Amino acid sequence: MGSAASETRAAQHLAPTVDRSVKVLVVGAFGVGKTTLIRAVSEIPMLSTEESITTASVGVDPHRGQKATTTVAMDFGRVTVGSATALYLFGTPGQRRFWDLWSGLADGAVGALVMVDTRDLAQSFEVLDQIEEHTRLPITVVVNEFPDSPRHGIEEVRAALDLPDDTPIVAGDVRRRSQAVEALTTLVAHALRRRRGESVAT
Amino acid sequence: MHSDGYRDHPVRSYVLTGGRAHPTRNTLRPETLLRAVDDGRELPGTAGRHERTLLQTCRGTLALAELAAYLHLPVSLVAVIVSDLVDGGYLAVRSTPVHDLPGTDLLGTDLLEEVLDGLRGL
Ligand SMILES: Nc1nc2c(ncn2[C@@H]2O[C@H](COP(=O)(O)OP(=O)(O)OP(=O)(O)O)[C@@H](O)[C@H]2O)c(=O)[nH]1
Ligand SMILES: [Mg+2]
Repeated sequence: MGSAASETRAAQHLAPTVDRSVKVLVVGAFGVGKTTLIRAVSEIPMLSTEESITTASVGVDPHRGQKATTTVAMDFGRVTVGSATALYLFGTPGQRRFWDLWSGLADGAVGALVMVDTRDLAQSFEVLDQIEEHTRLPITVVVNEFPDSPRHGIEEVRAALDLPDDTPIVAGDVRRRSQAVEALTTLVAHALRRRRGESVAT
Repeated sequence: MHSDGYRDHPVRSYVLTGGRAHPTRNTLRPETLLRAVDDGRELPGTAGRHERTLLQTCRGTLALAELAAYLHLPVSLVAVIVSDLVDGGYLAVRSTPVHDLPGTDLLGTDLLEEVLDGLRGL
Protein backbone atom coordinates (compact mmCIF):
# COMPACT_ATOMS: atom_id res chain seq x y z
CA MET A 1 0.00 0.00 0.00
CA GLY A 2 2.89 2.31 0.84
CA SER A 3 4.05 2.95 -2.69
CA ALA A 4 0.63 3.71 -4.13
CA ALA A 5 -0.08 6.10 -1.27
CA SER A 6 3.24 7.91 -1.58
CA GLU A 7 2.71 8.48 -5.30
CA THR A 8 -0.44 10.38 -4.49
CA ARG A 9 0.29 14.04 -3.88
CA ALA A 10 -0.92 15.22 -0.49
CA ALA A 11 -4.38 16.63 -1.02
CA GLN A 12 -4.92 20.29 -0.23
CA HIS A 13 -8.39 20.37 1.24
CA LEU A 14 -10.71 23.34 1.19
CA ALA A 15 -11.47 25.17 4.43
CA PRO A 16 -14.35 23.55 6.36
CA THR A 17 -16.42 26.72 5.83
CA VAL A 18 -16.50 26.22 2.05
CA ASP A 19 -19.77 24.69 0.93
CA ARG A 20 -20.29 26.07 -2.56
CA SER A 21 -18.42 25.90 -5.80
CA VAL A 22 -18.51 27.70 -9.09
CA LYS A 23 -16.38 27.38 -12.17
CA VAL A 24 -14.99 29.38 -15.01
CA LEU A 25 -13.65 27.95 -18.24
CA VAL A 26 -10.38 29.21 -19.65
CA VAL A 27 -10.33 28.51 -23.35
CA GLY A 28 -8.15 29.45 -26.26
CA ALA A 29 -5.84 28.11 -28.91
CA PHE A 30 -2.67 26.15 -28.17
CA GLY A 31 0.01 28.02 -26.26
CA VAL A 32 -2.05 31.17 -25.76
CA GLY A 33 -1.46 31.23 -22.00
CA LYS A 34 -4.36 29.29 -20.44
CA THR A 35 -2.22 27.34 -18.00
CA THR A 36 -0.25 30.46 -17.13
CA LEU A 37 -3.37 32.41 -16.20
CA ILE A 38 -4.76 29.59 -14.07
CA ARG A 39 -1.45 29.08 -12.30
CA ALA A 40 -1.23 32.80 -11.52
CA VAL A 41 -4.59 32.74 -9.74
CA SER A 42 -4.67 29.30 -8.18
CA GLU A 43 -4.13 28.72 -4.46
CA ILE A 44 -3.10 25.11 -5.12
CA PRO A 45 -0.46 23.74 -7.48
CA MET A 46 -1.98 23.05 -10.92
CA LEU A 47 -3.78 19.76 -11.17
CA SER A 48 -4.63 17.89 -14.28
CA THR A 49 -6.83 15.04 -15.37
CA GLU A 50 -7.08 13.17 -18.60
CA GLU A 51 -10.23 12.23 -20.41
CA SER A 52 -10.53 9.84 -23.30
CA ILE A 53 -12.27 10.97 -26.42
CA THR A 54 -12.84 8.83 -29.44
CA THR A 55 -11.82 9.64 -32.95
CA ALA A 56 -15.52 10.11 -33.67
CA SER A 57 -15.18 13.32 -31.69
CA VAL A 58 -11.85 14.31 -33.19
CA GLY A 59 -13.08 14.51 -36.72
CA VAL A 60 -12.71 11.04 -38.20
CA ASP A 61 -15.79 9.83 -40.03
CA PRO A 62 -17.50 7.49 -37.55
CA HIS A 63 -18.99 5.41 -40.38
CA ARG A 64 -15.61 4.38 -41.69
CA GLY A 65 -15.16 2.02 -38.77
CA GLN A 66 -11.84 3.44 -37.59
CA LYS A 67 -12.25 4.01 -33.91
CA ALA A 68 -9.49 4.76 -31.53
CA THR A 69 -9.31 6.68 -28.32
CA THR A 70 -7.09 9.59 -27.63
CA THR A 71 -6.59 11.39 -24.35
CA VAL A 72 -6.79 15.09 -23.78
CA ALA A 73 -5.40 16.68 -20.65
CA MET A 74 -7.40 19.29 -18.84
CA ASP A 75 -5.61 21.33 -16.25
CA PHE A 76 -7.24 23.28 -13.51
CA GLY A 77 -6.71 25.37 -10.43
CA ARG A 78 -8.76 26.62 -7.52
CA VAL A 79 -9.16 29.79 -5.52
CA THR A 80 -11.34 30.31 -2.46
CA VAL A 81 -13.36 33.51 -2.75
CA GLY A 82 -14.88 34.79 0.49
CA SER A 83 -15.26 32.18 3.19
CA ALA A 84 -17.79 29.86 1.61
CA THR A 85 -17.10 29.58 -2.11
CA ALA A 86 -14.51 27.73 -4.14
CA LEU A 87 -13.90 28.98 -7.66
CA TYR A 88 -12.47 26.42 -10.07
CA LEU A 89 -10.73 27.39 -13.29
CA PHE A 90 -10.72 24.72 -15.95
CA GLY A 91 -8.37 25.18 -18.86
CA THR A 92 -9.18 23.46 -22.09
CA PRO A 93 -8.41 23.84 -25.75
CA GLY A 94 -11.43 25.37 -27.44
CA GLN A 95 -11.20 23.99 -30.95
CA ARG A 96 -14.07 22.17 -32.55
CA ARG A 97 -12.59 18.70 -32.22
CA PHE A 98 -12.52 19.03 -28.45
CA TRP A 99 -16.09 20.14 -28.13
CA ASP A 100 -17.42 16.81 -26.82
CA LEU A 101 -14.92 16.99 -24.04
CA TRP A 102 -15.74 20.38 -22.74
CA SER A 103 -19.46 20.62 -23.46
CA GLY A 104 -20.06 18.88 -20.12
CA LEU A 105 -17.73 21.34 -18.48
CA ALA A 106 -19.57 24.37 -19.81
CA ASP A 107 -22.74 23.26 -18.07
CA GLY A 108 -23.27 25.40 -14.99
CA ALA A 109 -20.21 27.59 -15.55
CA VAL A 110 -20.23 31.29 -14.62
CA GLY A 111 -18.65 32.02 -17.97
CA ALA A 112 -15.54 31.64 -20.05
CA LEU A 113 -12.33 33.57 -20.38
CA VAL A 114 -11.42 33.39 -24.04
CA MET A 115 -7.70 33.97 -24.43
CA VAL A 116 -6.42 35.39 -27.67
CA ASP A 117 -2.99 36.05 -29.06
CA THR A 118 -2.83 39.15 -31.26
CA ARG A 119 -0.01 37.58 -33.27
CA ASP A 120 -2.61 35.19 -34.66
CA LEU A 121 -6.14 36.45 -34.15
CA ALA A 122 -7.51 34.09 -36.78
CA GLN A 123 -6.89 31.09 -34.59
CA SER A 124 -9.36 32.52 -32.07
CA PHE A 125 -12.26 32.53 -34.52
CA GLU A 126 -12.90 28.83 -34.13
CA VAL A 127 -12.89 28.99 -30.35
CA LEU A 128 -15.33 31.91 -30.31
CA ASP A 129 -17.56 30.18 -32.86
CA GLN A 130 -17.70 27.05 -30.74
CA ILE A 131 -18.74 28.95 -27.63
CA GLU A 132 -21.44 30.89 -29.46
CA GLU A 133 -22.72 27.82 -31.22
CA HIS A 134 -22.95 25.56 -28.20
CA THR A 135 -23.43 27.66 -25.10
CA ARG A 136 -24.95 30.84 -23.78
CA LEU A 137 -21.99 31.48 -21.54
CA PRO A 138 -21.00 35.06 -20.84
CA ILE A 139 -17.46 35.60 -22.05
CA THR A 140 -14.61 37.97 -21.52
CA VAL A 141 -11.83 38.14 -24.09
CA VAL A 142 -8.34 38.22 -22.61
CA VAL A 143 -5.70 39.57 -24.97
CA ASN A 144 -2.50 37.99 -23.74
CA GLU A 145 0.36 40.31 -24.54
CA PHE A 146 3.59 38.61 -25.50
CA PRO A 147 6.74 40.69 -25.92
CA ASP A 148 6.56 40.51 -29.72
CA SER A 149 2.80 41.01 -29.95
CA PRO A 150 1.63 43.88 -32.10
CA ARG A 151 -0.21 46.30 -29.81
CA HIS A 152 -3.76 46.68 -31.05
CA GLY A 153 -6.30 48.89 -29.41
CA ILE A 154 -9.17 47.13 -27.69
CA GLU A 155 -11.63 48.35 -30.32
CA GLU A 156 -9.43 47.03 -33.11
CA VAL A 157 -9.52 43.60 -31.47
CA ARG A 158 -13.28 43.88 -31.09
CA ALA A 159 -13.68 44.66 -34.77
CA ALA A 160 -11.27 41.94 -35.87
CA LEU A 161 -13.06 39.32 -33.78
CA ASP A 162 -16.50 40.73 -34.56
CA LEU A 163 -17.44 40.85 -30.89
CA PRO A 164 -20.65 42.44 -29.61
CA ASP A 165 -20.29 45.87 -27.96
CA ASP A 166 -20.99 44.56 -24.49
CA THR A 167 -18.41 41.76 -24.51
CA PRO A 168 -15.60 42.89 -22.21
CA ILE A 169 -12.03 42.78 -23.52
CA VAL A 170 -9.05 43.01 -21.21
CA ALA A 171 -5.37 43.02 -22.12
CA GLY A 172 -2.28 42.30 -20.13
CA ASP A 173 0.36 39.89 -18.93
CA VAL A 174 -1.48 37.02 -17.28
CA ARG A 175 1.67 35.79 -15.55
CA ARG A 176 0.89 38.55 -13.06
CA ARG A 177 -1.71 37.54 -10.53
CA SER A 178 -3.35 40.96 -10.36
CA GLN A 179 -3.99 40.90 -14.11
CA ALA A 180 -5.30 37.36 -14.07
CA VAL A 181 -7.63 38.26 -11.19
CA GLU A 182 -8.72 41.37 -13.10
CA ALA A 183 -9.75 39.20 -16.04
CA LEU A 184 -11.86 37.04 -13.71
CA THR A 185 -13.42 40.04 -11.98
CA THR A 186 -14.38 41.50 -15.34
CA LEU A 187 -16.00 38.23 -16.41
CA VAL A 188 -18.01 37.77 -13.22
CA ALA A 189 -19.18 41.43 -13.28
CA HIS A 190 -20.28 40.89 -16.89
CA ALA A 191 -22.12 37.67 -15.97
CA LEU A 192 -23.86 39.50 -13.15
CA ARG A 193 -24.93 42.39 -15.40
CA ARG A 194 -26.29 39.94 -17.92
CA ARG A 195 -28.11 37.96 -15.26
CA ARG A 196 -29.72 41.11 -13.87
CA GLY A 197 -30.67 42.25 -17.35
CA GLU A 198 -32.40 38.98 -18.05
CA SER A 199 -34.36 38.94 -14.81
CA VAL A 200 -35.55 42.49 -15.50
CA ALA A 201 -36.60 41.48 -19.00
CA THR A 202 -38.74 38.54 -17.86
CA MET B 1 -23.38 10.03 -34.09
CA HIS B 2 -23.32 8.42 -30.65
CA SER B 3 -21.63 5.32 -31.92
CA ASP B 4 -19.64 2.79 -29.93
CA GLY B 5 -17.16 5.38 -28.80
CA TYR B 6 -19.84 7.06 -26.75
CA ARG B 7 -20.23 3.97 -24.59
CA ASP B 8 -16.55 3.49 -23.97
CA HIS B 9 -16.34 5.12 -20.57
CA PRO B 10 -19.62 4.09 -19.01
CA VAL B 11 -19.12 0.45 -19.93
CA ARG B 12 -15.59 0.33 -18.65
CA SER B 13 -16.52 2.17 -15.47
CA TYR B 14 -19.52 -0.10 -14.98
CA VAL B 15 -17.26 -3.14 -14.97
CA LEU B 16 -14.73 -1.54 -12.67
CA THR B 17 -17.39 -0.59 -10.15
CA GLY B 18 -19.01 -4.00 -10.03
CA GLY B 19 -21.96 -3.38 -12.32
CA ARG B 20 -24.29 -1.48 -10.03
CA ALA B 21 -26.76 1.24 -10.96
CA HIS B 22 -25.73 4.81 -10.23
CA PRO B 23 -28.61 7.08 -9.21
CA THR B 24 -26.39 9.87 -7.81
CA ARG B 25 -24.42 10.23 -10.96
CA ASN B 26 -26.40 12.91 -12.75
CA THR B 27 -25.92 15.44 -9.99
CA LEU B 28 -22.14 15.20 -10.02
CA ARG B 29 -20.03 17.70 -11.85
CA PRO B 30 -16.29 18.27 -11.92
CA GLU B 31 -16.68 21.13 -9.41
CA THR B 32 -19.06 19.30 -7.05
CA LEU B 33 -17.59 19.38 -3.53
CA LEU B 34 -17.30 16.12 -1.63
CA ARG B 35 -16.20 15.01 1.77
CA ALA B 36 -15.84 11.64 3.49
CA VAL B 37 -18.49 10.91 6.12
CA ASP B 38 -16.67 10.75 9.42
CA ASP B 39 -18.74 8.23 11.37
CA GLY B 40 -16.12 5.58 11.95
CA ARG B 41 -17.79 3.14 9.60
CA GLU B 42 -15.33 1.01 7.60
CA LEU B 43 -15.68 0.14 3.93
CA PRO B 44 -16.64 -3.50 3.39
CA GLY B 45 -13.74 -5.89 2.72
CA THR B 46 -14.92 -6.26 -0.87
CA ALA B 47 -14.32 -2.56 -1.63
CA GLY B 48 -11.65 -1.85 -4.22
CA ARG B 49 -8.38 0.01 -4.01
CA HIS B 50 -9.77 3.11 -5.73
CA GLU B 51 -12.63 3.38 -3.24
CA ARG B 52 -10.22 3.20 -0.31
CA THR B 53 -7.77 5.73 -1.73
CA LEU B 54 -10.62 8.04 -2.63
CA LEU B 55 -12.07 8.07 0.88
CA GLN B 56 -8.65 8.63 2.41
CA THR B 57 -7.95 11.51 0.04
CA CYS B 58 -11.34 13.06 0.76
CA ARG B 59 -11.05 13.43 4.55
CA GLY B 60 -11.37 17.15 3.93
CA THR B 61 -13.45 18.89 1.26
CA LEU B 62 -12.38 18.47 -2.37
CA ALA B 63 -14.05 18.78 -5.76
CA LEU B 64 -14.64 15.74 -7.93
CA ALA B 65 -12.04 16.96 -10.42
CA GLU B 66 -9.45 17.24 -7.65
CA LEU B 67 -10.12 13.67 -6.59
CA ALA B 68 -9.68 12.54 -10.18
CA ALA B 69 -6.35 14.37 -10.40
CA TYR B 70 -5.01 12.95 -7.12
CA LEU B 71 -6.14 9.44 -8.07
CA HIS B 72 -4.79 9.71 -11.63
CA LEU B 73 -8.15 8.61 -13.04
CA PRO B 74 -10.53 10.24 -15.53
CA VAL B 75 -13.28 12.43 -14.03
CA SER B 76 -15.91 10.26 -15.70
CA LEU B 77 -14.69 7.15 -13.91
CA VAL B 78 -14.28 8.86 -10.54
CA ALA B 79 -17.85 10.15 -10.88
CA VAL B 80 -19.07 6.56 -10.93
CA ILE B 81 -17.01 5.52 -7.91
CA VAL B 82 -18.09 8.65 -6.04
CA SER B 83 -21.76 8.07 -6.68
CA ASP B 84 -21.44 4.55 -5.27
CA LEU B 85 -19.74 5.86 -2.17
CA VAL B 86 -22.38 8.58 -1.76
CA ASP B 87 -25.16 6.04 -2.17
CA GLY B 88 -23.47 3.82 0.41
CA GLY B 89 -23.25 6.71 2.87
CA TYR B 90 -19.45 6.83 2.97
CA LEU B 91 -19.08 10.09 1.11
CA ALA B 92 -21.25 13.22 1.25
CA VAL B 93 -21.91 15.92 -1.31
CA ARG B 94 -20.78 19.08 0.49
CA SER B 95 -21.83 21.69 -2.05
CA THR B 96 -25.38 22.74 -2.62
CA PRO B 97 -26.05 22.68 -6.36
CA VAL B 98 -25.87 26.24 -7.65
CA HIS B 99 -26.98 25.48 -11.15
CA ASP B 100 -30.42 23.95 -10.89
CA LEU B 101 -32.25 26.44 -13.07
CA PRO B 102 -33.70 24.18 -15.74
CA GLY B 103 -32.70 24.85 -19.32
CA THR B 104 -30.27 27.62 -18.54
CA ASP B 105 -26.67 27.87 -17.52
CA LEU B 106 -27.13 30.97 -15.44
CA LEU B 107 -26.30 31.31 -11.81
CA GLY B 108 -28.14 33.28 -9.16
CA THR B 109 -27.22 36.94 -8.68
CA ASP B 110 -26.54 36.47 -4.95
CA LEU B 111 -23.88 33.91 -5.64
CA LEU B 112 -22.32 35.95 -8.44
CA GLU B 113 -22.19 39.02 -6.17
CA GLU B 114 -20.46 36.98 -3.52
CA VAL B 115 -17.92 35.64 -5.99
CA LEU B 116 -17.26 39.16 -7.26
CA ASP B 117 -16.73 40.49 -3.73
CA GLY B 118 -14.45 37.58 -2.98
CA LEU B 119 -12.37 38.21 -6.11
CA ARG B 120 -12.05 41.90 -5.27
CA GLY B 121 -10.78 40.90 -1.84
CA LEU B 122 -7.98 38.72 -3.23
N1 LIG C 1 5.52 37.17 -22.24
C1 LIG C 1 4.49 36.45 -21.87
N2 LIG C 1 4.57 35.12 -22.00
C2 LIG C 1 3.52 34.38 -21.62
C3 LIG C 1 2.32 34.97 -21.14
N3 LIG C 1 1.43 34.01 -20.89
C4 LIG C 1 2.03 32.85 -21.20
N4 LIG C 1 3.29 33.06 -21.63
C5 LIG C 1 4.21 32.00 -22.07
O1 LIG C 1 3.64 31.35 -23.20
C6 LIG C 1 3.87 29.96 -23.17
C7 LIG C 1 2.57 29.17 -23.30
O2 LIG C 1 1.74 29.44 -22.16
P1 LIG C 1 0.77 28.33 -21.56
O3 LIG C 1 0.15 28.95 -20.35
O4 LIG C 1 1.45 27.03 -21.39
O5 LIG C 1 -0.30 28.21 -22.72
P2 LIG C 1 -1.53 27.20 -22.83
O6 LIG C 1 -2.63 27.96 -23.47
O7 LIG C 1 -1.81 26.56 -21.53
O8 LIG C 1 -0.95 26.13 -23.84
P3 LIG C 1 -1.55 24.69 -24.21
O9 LIG C 1 -2.09 24.10 -22.95
O10 LIG C 1 -0.37 23.95 -24.76
O11 LIG C 1 -2.60 24.92 -25.26
C8 LIG C 1 4.61 29.69 -21.87
O12 LIG C 1 5.97 29.57 -22.17
C9 LIG C 1 4.35 30.91 -21.03
O13 LIG C 1 5.41 31.19 -20.14
C10 LIG C 1 2.28 36.40 -21.04
O14 LIG C 1 1.30 37.01 -20.64
N5 LIG C 1 3.38 37.08 -21.43
MG1 LIG D 1 -1.94 24.51 -21.02
